[in-house]
Amino acid sequence: MKQWVLSVALVAALQGCAPVHDQVLDTSETQTQLQMREVQSRTFETNDKERTMRAVIATLQDLGFVLDKADLIMGTVSATKLDGYAMRMTVSVRPRGEGKMVVRANAQMNTTPVTAPAPYQSFFRALERSMFLAAHSVD
Amino acid sequence: MRRLLILVCASLSLCCPLSGCVNEMAREALTLQPEALEQRRIQTRRFETTNEHELLTASLEVLQDLGFAVDETEPDLGLIVASKNRDASSTGEMIGAFVIGAASDSRVTYNVEQKIRASVVTKGLGKTGTSVRVTFQRVVWNNLGEISANESLDEPKLYQEFFAKLSKSVFLTAFDI
Repeated sequence: MKQWVLSVALVAALQGCAPVHDQVLDTSETQTQLQMREVQSRTFETNDKERTMRAVIATLQDLGFVLDKADLIMGTVSATKLDGYAMRMTVSVRPRGEGKMVVRANAQMNTTPVTAPAPYQSFFRALERSMFLAAHSVD
Repeated sequence: MRRLLILVCASLSLCCPLSGCVNEMAREALTLQPEALEQRRIQTRRFETTNEHELLTASLEVLQDLGFAVDETEPDLGLIVASKNRDASSTGEMIGAFVIGAASDSRVTYNVEQKIRASVVTKGLGKTGTSVRVTFQRVVWNNLGEISANESLDEPKLYQEFFAKLSKSVFLTAFDI
């Protein structure tokens, strides 16, 4: 137990704090801005922004989130899930061209941004069920 | 077991924030769990009215009856967000904490304050009426100012009482979905 605590403390001390610059801009050495957008976005074949947003809200509730904010004009929904951790999520919905709606989600787990594709894939799978529509990758 | 995983991940995320552990926790958080349907049933009622705004306004009044302050509303999407801060201390817990603290010479911690949050979402169901779904969660702080709990509030009785009050307020029966 003592060794475990010491090793965690050592790793923490060696790593130090990331510079403010990196924290504000969330710079990543492994993912470009474009890659991140692809991971976090899907398109749905619909013209109906309100219906899409209501489906996003219903999906977040099914996942155990409590809503923080929603705005139909801006197309944004924010929510928080508390389960021993605090996960915050913002989902934006905006029309793209005729008959398409782009949905983008971004999440943070406690103080860490969620960057891996798998969590977003799970979210969009849940949203597909609520929308009764397939989610497509953004071109 | 799941709690243990969360604890281990939370401590690891302090020193390796980009660890796969955080992403695994996030994946689980964003995956529909089998109990989601049951939760939805507990948190939702259908009312035989097509007037969504009236139901939303009545929900707001019930939240006020329960002492909540409104943080956010978006009637076009059928949403109200509200919260309240309340005392979280219990005499039993405080006595226990002082006894253990005195015996083990460790720092005494006990819960002091909690913030309870609620969101209400209404949804038109066509001719069959309008549904209302409410969800509650809370954050608890101890006497050292640390978060000692953050959790969803899942007790069915809480939801039954909320809907009983809403039902009275709109003079309509609340039906299970």
